[in-house]
Amino acid sequence: MNLAALFRHREPIGPLEYTRRTWMRLTLLATFVFLYAPIVTLVAFSFNDSRRNIVWRGFSLKYYEKALANDGLIEAFVNSLTIAFVQTIIATILGALTALLLWRFRFPFRGGYEGAMALPIVIPEICMGVAMLAFFSRVGWPTDLPWPLNLSAITIAHVSFSFPFVAVVVRARLEGFNREFSEAAQDLGASEWQVFRDVMVPFMRPGLVAGALLAFTLSLDDFVITFFTSGPDTVTFPVKVYSMVRFSVTPEVNAASTVLIALTVVLTVLALWLQSRAKLKPEEVAG
Amino acid sequence: MEDWRRTPLVFWVTSLPPTLWLVVFFLIPLALVWVMSFGELDGLIDIKITGTLANYARALDPLYLEVFGKSLVFAGFTTVISLLVGFPVALAIVFASPRWRPILLLLVILPFWTNLLIRTYALIAVLRVRGFANFSLEWLWDQGNTVLALMGLGSYQLLGDRFEPLELLYNNTAVVIGLVYVHMPFMILPLYAALERLDRSLIEAALDLGASQFRAFLTVVVPLALPGIISGGILVFIPALGSFLTPDLLGGTDSQMIANVIERQFKGANDWPFGAALSFLLMYLTFAALTVRALVNRRAERRGGA
Repeated sequence: MNLAALFRHREPIGPLEYTRRTWMRLTLLATFVFLYAPIVTLVAFSFNDSRRNIVWRGFSLKYYEKALANDGLIEAFVNSLTIAFVQTIIATILGALTALLLWRFRFPFRGGYEGAMALPIVIPEICMGVAMLAFFSRVGWPTDLPWPLNLSAITIAHVSFSFPFVAVVVRARLEGFNREFSEAAQDLGASEWQVFRDVMVPFMRPGLVAGALLAFTLSLDDFVITFFTSGPDTVTFPVKVYSMVRFSVTPEVNAASTVLIALTVVLTVLALWLQSRAKLKPEEVAG
Repeated sequence: MEDWRRTPLVFWVTSLPPTLWLVVFFLIPLALVWVMSFGELDGLIDIKITGTLANYARALDPLYLEVFGKSLVFAGFTTVISLLVGFPVALAIVFASPRWRPILLLLVILPFWTNLLIRTYALIAVLRVRGFANFSLEWLWDQGNTVLALMGLGSYQLLGDRFEPLELLYNNTAVVIGLVYVHMPFMILPLYAALERLDRSLIEAALDLGASQFRAFLTVVVPLALPGIISGGILVFIPALGSFLTPDLLGGTDSQMIANVIERQFKGANDWPFGAALSFLLMYLTFAALTVRALVNRRAERRGGA
């Protein structure tokens, strides 16, 4: 569709067809330009054959090669992926348990418990970051362990902020569960474990996958909390990029960022697709 | 929902792992910072808990009050600008054709999933003196001059004799632009959710009864979207207030926010007790904002129920 077609009106605009009004479309267009122009230029100039990063000098992959040859950058990238994988597994299990607990049981101080579980979501990142720094230095958490055990402090911090998010996603999924299914299974003689394995887990699966993808992206994304828990030998990708950005703006950072953007976009689209599939055919997914 | 005493074993198996994790790796660290905020430095690194309030008193020093004030002003501006831009955008998405709506929504969500640091870094390349914003302005300036020359006014140099690039980076404006850029989706999504539920026949009724579009908007659409406005406002205000990266990378020396001061206490100045006190003051501000939202929601619910 070209720009002219966007603003041409074949039929008169109805009073409620706000989106067909020109000034609304211009606002929409301007907002999307504002949101996307920086990212698009960043991606475009990662292919630019120029050191200065300002003028287009032709297509080149040399900054990708440079980024690949940068050991520190690759190490940080591997660290980030390792942390994200491990923390996602732990966070998904803990989040699913939290969701089941709050969905199923009535217990004393339930409201307070729910509030405490929401705390990691609402408190400012900087507060959580300094809390983690204070905690790990106070308990004397070992920092000179061999890889990947030296990443344990960062991994623990990531689990702490991401599992409440998983709990929210899984719980939203559980709201649609018909309790009669689990009751029927129990009436037919299934044990608690069998009900959990054969009824609850299959029903929760889309929520678990969406929650896990969310946890994975949150972990890859995090800078502030990691910044306070990482040491000189445990640098993650965002922390590395931060130190490079402070130093100077280079096309190498553009190339590395583009790879990360591509990764997150793929993961996001996957998560959204899974979610919409789960919403459209609940009985099929549950079956 | 069943009582936990009916199946205590299942209850404990489900509740213990997440509860222990939350207590050990979240609540205890927070409590540690809280206790530390009542302590004082003993030597270079040791901290003695003396129950002193000196750290909080020091936060009331005009120097730090100004930082708090500045953070509140930045977050406030960010919220208002996001609302003013986000409202028409949300409205346009709600009233878009069903084919376009999911695409537009996805376009709003996607940047929000892109790494915050990378997005902030991308803004630097746009805003700096030899950046794309200034190049675009220079191009416009050139075009303007060409047009003037064609009109025979070229020799008067109405647009100035040469293009002066704007200082867009490393100042307060850059921080607010960055904060709006980063938090805009938080505003658009709740607004969209509220406007989508809105009964369109109410707007039609207002228009039929002779209200202008503007009046129908002010007296029908805005009040009905109020829960979305409040939610979006809080979702933008809270993270904006505690921002660290945006002022750190885009701001100048005089555009530091609370988070930057806290970071300095822990990483550079090594005054952990004072940093701890500042963290908790920031947290109390966050809770105050959340309480406002809870109160407004409760009032809206009561009015809706009556």
